[in-house]
Amino acid sequence: MRRTTEIVRLQVNGDLREVGVPSHFTLLEALRYGLGLTGSKQGCDKGDCGACTVIVDGAPTLACLTPVWEAEGRDVVTVEGLATPSGPHPLQDEFDLHGAAQCGFCTPGILCSAAALLSSNPDPDRDEVREALSGNLCRCTGYAKIYDAVEAAAGRLRESARGRDGP
Amino acid sequence: MARKSLSDWKSDQALIGSRMRKVEGLDKSTGRAVYTDDVALPGMLHGKILRSPHPHARIVSIDTSRAEALEGVHAVVTGRDMPTTYGIIPWTPDEYPLCVDRVRYIGDGVAAVAAVDEDTAIEALACIDVQYEELPAFFDPHESAAADGSTPYIHEPRKEGWNGNVTKMVHLEFGDVDGGLEEADVVVEGDYLFEGTTHAALEPHCAIGQWDGAGRLTVWSATQVPHYLHRELARVFELDAAKVRVLQPLVGGGFGGKSEPFDLEFCVAKLSMKSGRPVKILYTREEVFYAHRGRHPFHMRYRTGATSDGKLTSVDAEILLDGGAYASFGLVTTYYSGQLLCAPYAMPAYRFDSTRVYTNKPACGPKRGHGSVQPRFAFEVQVDKLAEKVGLDPLEFRRRNFIGENTRTVNELRVTSNGFLECLASVERASGWTEKFRRLPFGRGIGVAGSTYISGTNYPIYPNEMPQSAVQMQIDRSGRVAVFSGASEIGQGCDSVVAYIAAEELGVPLEWVRVLRGDTDFTPVDLGAYSSRVTFMLGNAAIDAATKLRKTVQKAVAKVWDSKPGEVLLAGGYAVWAQDTSRQMPIAEAFNLAEAEFGTLGATGWYNTPKDVHGEYRGGTIGASPAYSFTAHVAEVDVDVETGIVEVRKIWVAHDCGRALNPVLVEGQMEGSAYMGFAEALMEEHVFKDAERGRAGLHNAPSLLDYRLPTSLDTPELESLIVESIDPEGPYGAKEAGEGPLHPSIPAIANAIYDAIGVRMDRLPFTPPNVWRAVEKARADENLGKPRAPGSTSLERDRAAGEPVSAD
Repeated sequence: MRRTTEIVRLQVNGDLREVGVPSHFTLLEALRYGLGLTGSKQGCDKGDCGACTVIVDGAPTLACLTPVWEAEGRDVVTVEGLATPSGPHPLQDEFDLHGAAQCGFCTPGILCSAAALLSSNPDPDRDEVREALSGNLCRCTGYAKIYDAVEAAAGRLRESARGRDGP
Repeated sequence: MARKSLSDWKSDQALIGSRMRKVEGLDKSTGRAVYTDDVALPGMLHGKILRSPHPHARIVSIDTSRAEALEGVHAVVTGRDMPTTYGIIPWTPDEYPLCVDRVRYIGDGVAAVAAVDEDTAIEALACIDVQYEELPAFFDPHESAAADGSTPYIHEPRKEGWNGNVTKMVHLEFGDVDGGLEEADVVVEGDYLFEGTTHAALEPHCAIGQWDGAGRLTVWSATQVPHYLHRELARVFELDAAKVRVLQPLVGGGFGGKSEPFDLEFCVAKLSMKSGRPVKILYTREEVFYAHRGRHPFHMRYRTGATSDGKLTSVDAEILLDGGAYASFGLVTTYYSGQLLCAPYAMPAYRFDSTRVYTNKPACGPKRGHGSVQPRFAFEVQVDKLAEKVGLDPLEFRRRNFIGENTRTVNELRVTSNGFLECLASVERASGWTEKFRRLPFGRGIGVAGSTYISGTNYPIYPNEMPQSAVQMQIDRSGRVAVFSGASEIGQGCDSVVAYIAAEELGVPLEWVRVLRGDTDFTPVDLGAYSSRVTFMLGNAAIDAATKLRKTVQKAVAKVWDSKPGEVLLAGGYAVWAQDTSRQMPIAEAFNLAEAEFGTLGATGWYNTPKDVHGEYRGGTIGASPAYSFTAHVAEVDVDVETGIVEVRKIWVAHDCGRALNPVLVEGQMEGSAYMGFAEALMEEHVFKDAERGRAGLHNAPSLLDYRLPTSLDTPELESLIVESIDPEGPYGAKEAGEGPLHPSIPAIANAIYDAIGVRMDRLPFTPPNVWRAVEKARADENLGKPRAPGSTSLERDRAAGEPVSAD
């Protein structure tokens, strides 16, 4: 069997990266095995569980169903790209405070879904949070602590936005 | 540092019981946390396993030559390369790392390859030629139990003339069961079916093997039991255990599904030995479904008697367990199916007759609430039926049968702390039970159920007298405390528990504690994350180690202060004199004094179970635990009788965890358990195709889409109500919280459905088709409708007829 390898150019977490991968690779495989960004997880490999969710051009996207070439020229953010040098993203911090990550395997995907939600809807009610996370399976928590964490982070983000904009 | 009163110092010290972060929490939320598939070694090859397409067949021949010749393939192995059986229970080793001459389920491993990349490995599998001779297969446990040897048994009988399809039979009887049923004013009989379910942890099984060519084997694995894996690797490969090392990166969920060795761990080791390169195998999600070891399907029949004033008199159970192709933990499951039912209610007489049989399906094993979730479902529905018969509120019926604390169960298990009554009161209050029970409109209902579970098992899986859990602690001159822990962090928070204890006892900030974990080369043995043992046993071990170190530090400081060691408090980063809190020194300074006085500071601590807490009969040790947790749930449901759709509105979960060391983690376990029980009640179905629906023995839904799991939109509101009974032997009074709170979800929902529409659901799951069928039957029998409230029962009428009452 002859296989082809391609060089793809990916904009990931602000860096422009080139990586040589088999042409059938998914974005998830390129991130994990090509670029060593192992934060994004593979739970099912067919779009069922949401553990691979990353943010592409602002939208939560299943990296395991995205052919790698489809991500070329687009802005990809993974769980590793949510934090800043000054500290973790409020979502990441609140997940820790609320015990929203137990085994932690679904967490990177849920954080990306939640971050995408909060960037388009800074003040979601609980039903909107549930809806936004409905593509991410969590097997540990029963989701309750995840909602609490997302709502707390949303509050912090609104607070700091107010701080920036003045009263 | 401002002066503080002694009581302020003591409240500073109170880490235990407060809401704390987990030690690895930020790693998990930033993507830094490392799981097995995140590990990449130089030169690493990719492995794949070839699996049987037949449910039962003889392997006639395997030709691997074409695969070996393929460019990029470095090694191929078959069962003949590893011809030693293994099994988690030392008495039932019935699996080979790869099948040698027989396959027993669709998905059984027959060969494995290691290649430069995954694509080449997949291509190589297609080049392996296996000739099979198909055999008749058993799918129905009743047929398997009735087998007479006219077709080959699934395993060779252990004795001539036995049925080789039977893994284990247990018959135990306590008290006068028949007399108790005869004396009863009411007897309820019922047949129940618990269809199997699986764990579906989000992380698929993964392992990496590295053979150094000089006799040292290292295996990384997503396992819940590194110690048992360590032992079995040494045994199968005939290596000195001292030269085998098991590393356990963080585990992405287990729930019992990673509690024993699996084929991939042996395959990566052997493939590495053959190729001289590290080899990784990651299961596909489909392989995880076939690896299974999930909850056994149980076919159950119960007869339960009670007096007219609502006291249980006798319980009689017959249970058939559908075990799948291998024994796994089945010997224990068979005992657990009966042994764990004898609390929280007093029962004067109890008998169970349990048989586990093999079938040609993926092997069943332990899933959260091992062996006791199924009988708890049946029994709590029985209790609900009895309460109705005698005209009692089912919550009151349960209260009336409370077994008490500091007592023994009918099967002679020692019960110490017991907060079950408080659990009942808690869910009664929070749910508004009294205003709702039998008073909600038709279609809406409320149900209650209770349960108990072990906090670890008194006896380890292989007989030995050594500690069940241990830690090693070291104090650094900087004030840092290092804890070496062999316990398995699978998301439940055991690494954090040892850190909390070290910080509490040694007075350092939590951030100064480092937990070094997951490596059999440098951590003392802990037996693994199963049977809800970890907090209880590891916690006690950590207290033991920390106390030894604390006393050393207190002694050194007391000498300098010319005071008594007991008057030196270690808290909040300082050593403080109890007589006058203005006398204090930074904790690192106190540690330095102790190191100068006594030498390098380190201590080991361990825990072993008491051994006098069970009955002296065969099997009496199984189910014995140093402490039992107790749980009560109330569920409120809506049932649509036209579609059969059940919607759970809310579950109130009250759990006696002894003491909540960190309430955040305890609530997480309670909510996660209730969620998982809810999922099994309404959605999950681990079933297989039959010949009419495709290929017999093929999994019906081996994906996370088709095997239905609740999303955020499906999961009901969950309210955790922590009850603390302060166990006399638990660490700071703690007991388990990880498995107990699952049990009552299912029967509470079943009983709520009955309250809603008057229909008993005696088989799981309560999917729309199953509920709709039950509704249609009730409609035909003119039984559909709101059940009568207590006080207006049928009991008087039935007794007037002079016959003992028998229901269903």
